[in-house]
Amino acid sequence: MRHQLTLRIGPATFRIGSAWPAPIAQLTSLYATYPQPADAIADFTVRLQPTSLVRRFIHPSIFITGDHGLADAAPMSLSHGLLAAEMGMNLQMALGWRRHLLLHASSVEKDGRVLVMTGESGSGKSTLAALLGERGWRFMGDEFALLDLESGAILPFPRLVSLKNRAIGVVAGEVGAARMGPLLAATAKGDIRHMVPRADAVAHMGQGAMPALLLFPRFGHAADMRAVGQAEIFMRLTQASTNYVALGEPAFTALTRFVRDVPARAIDFPTGEEAIAMVERLWEEMA
Amino acid sequence: MSAALLVRTLRDPASVAALDASGWNSLIAAARAERLIGTLAFRLADVTVPPAVMPILSDARADAAREARQALWEADRAAQALGPLGVRVVLLKGTAYAAAGLKARQGRFIGDLDILVPVEAMAAVEQALIVAGWEWVKDDPYDDAYYRQWMHELPPMIHATRDRMIDVHHTILPLTARQTPDAAAMIADAMPLGDGLYVLSPEDRVVHAVAHMLADGDLQGGLRNLWDIHHLLADTEPNILEARAARHGLGFHVRQAQRLAAALYGSGARLTLWDRLIRARLLARNGWGRETRKALVFAFFLRSHWLRMPPLMLARHLWTKWRKGHRPQ
Repeated sequence: MRHQLTLRIGPATFRIGSAWPAPIAQLTSLYATYPQPADAIADFTVRLQPTSLVRRFIHPSIFITGDHGLADAAPMSLSHGLLAAEMGMNLQMALGWRRHLLLHASSVEKDGRVLVMTGESGSGKSTLAALLGERGWRFMGDEFALLDLESGAILPFPRLVSLKNRAIGVVAGEVGAARMGPLLAATAKGDIRHMVPRADAVAHMGQGAMPALLLFPRFGHAADMRAVGQAEIFMRLTQASTNYVALGEPAFTALTRFVRDVPARAIDFPTGEEAIAMVERLWEEMA
Repeated sequence: MSAALLVRTLRDPASVAALDASGWNSLIAAARAERLIGTLAFRLADVTVPPAVMPILSDARADAAREARQALWEADRAAQALGPLGVRVVLLKGTAYAAAGLKARQGRFIGDLDILVPVEAMAAVEQALIVAGWEWVKDDPYDDAYYRQWMHELPPMIHATRDRMIDVHHTILPLTARQTPDAAAMIADAMPLGDGLYVLSPEDRVVHAVAHMLADGDLQGGLRNLWDIHHLLADTEPNILEARAARHGLGFHVRQAQRLAAALYGSGARLTLWDRLIRARLLARNGWGRETRKALVFAFFLRSHWLRMPPLMLARHLWTKWRKGHRPQ
């Protein structure tokens, strides 16, 4: 590929190639504080290639693929190239990572213990992790929490935080323009803007910690809190994992231990501020 | 050309000592794209590799072990479903290699379960699989009718709860192909594994792998098929193989596969012009895992259709598919 970048995020190294310069330039600048070892052996190759010869030049259109890909992946406009690169890296992790159990969850750490938040897209887990990361917690990741199969620790995967729609204004106001990426308007998931995690999150991205609380956040509802049964937690976490089946029995054992040892609550909240107050209170009581 | 690097490494694992990081990245990307990463991982098991490569290879070995376990379980489920029919169920390709403990199994990617059954048992087999929970994948009446009239297999089925595909064959080439292998003889000479499951005789395994690679299809995954053939050949008797290949009408293809396997994975062979074109197609992959030589690859795609269908039928088929919005990749 004509343009390329090697990038390390948490335990994974990506070699990203692109037919166009723009996505690589944006990645290089937004990931400036991350290791970018040009001569590293990568765990995964990501390719941003034209959907056809013509689409390299006229109405450029990106097909996201790599070591692992989906034949029916929707093409993306070059103006959303940064998002395409992020999706390409996520795709490799989701389909190819085998060294930890992947949980589709955000995570933050305080006093050597981890808060894990899982939920569907739009549940508020990314925004909550981003806001907590600005208020005394260490941000560990907004997309994947990596559960170590032997120690039971959660390891960070602190890529750029992907903020959507209303969350953009809330977080941008708090962190300032210097740590925000370009606005990607009208993507398939609405407006998206990326946020660079704080320097401490990147500096400690090799450092895991034991999980102490699991939350199922849900944005846009009146404030409420519920206990969740262990069987339901187990089922929801298997559904929130892309490699649970592939890892087989070790994943079952690790997840069983996680569900047994980590207290959990479902929380509903109408605003980010209320959510943070609820999280801090639960952390005091339960973790 | 990184497919060439992959081939060289499979032939001579010690040659990786000379690779730099960029070479390793190319090798790994090409191996993944050709679905030979597990095979590569086994080949490199006793070779010193950089620390960053070790977890990549051990992940690939673990994936291969899981695939073999799942494949054998699917074979067991099929045997359970088809046992009452009392027909021979012959395992094909990856599952057969795993079940029979052949060298070609090491690290091999295994996708669907492929079985061969007597043509007269097809209707009963289909019924028994449906009762046991398999269901149709294709909901397109044209595709369904096409399979039933012209192909050598039932339309693919998938198990409703295990999400695994099964391909039920009654011979090894489409009925429209120019060669007509003797499927009844293959089944009659198959070797029992127990539980009503069988594998083809060593010579028929080669004939089947060769038919699949060189007399059918567009050489997608050809490097992996040729790797299988390279190992399968080692278990055959040359005289028996020659006679068997002739009986199935595939003597030319088997000899060609022997030359290609020796040229790419063995100690070398004199290649014809046609062999060289196939080799160029097999090696059309760069260090990013991307297909190269687009025109050649497309020519082999066209050839695969040409092999399967007489011209008028091909024209009608392509027209039907085009109207449905299908475009070659």
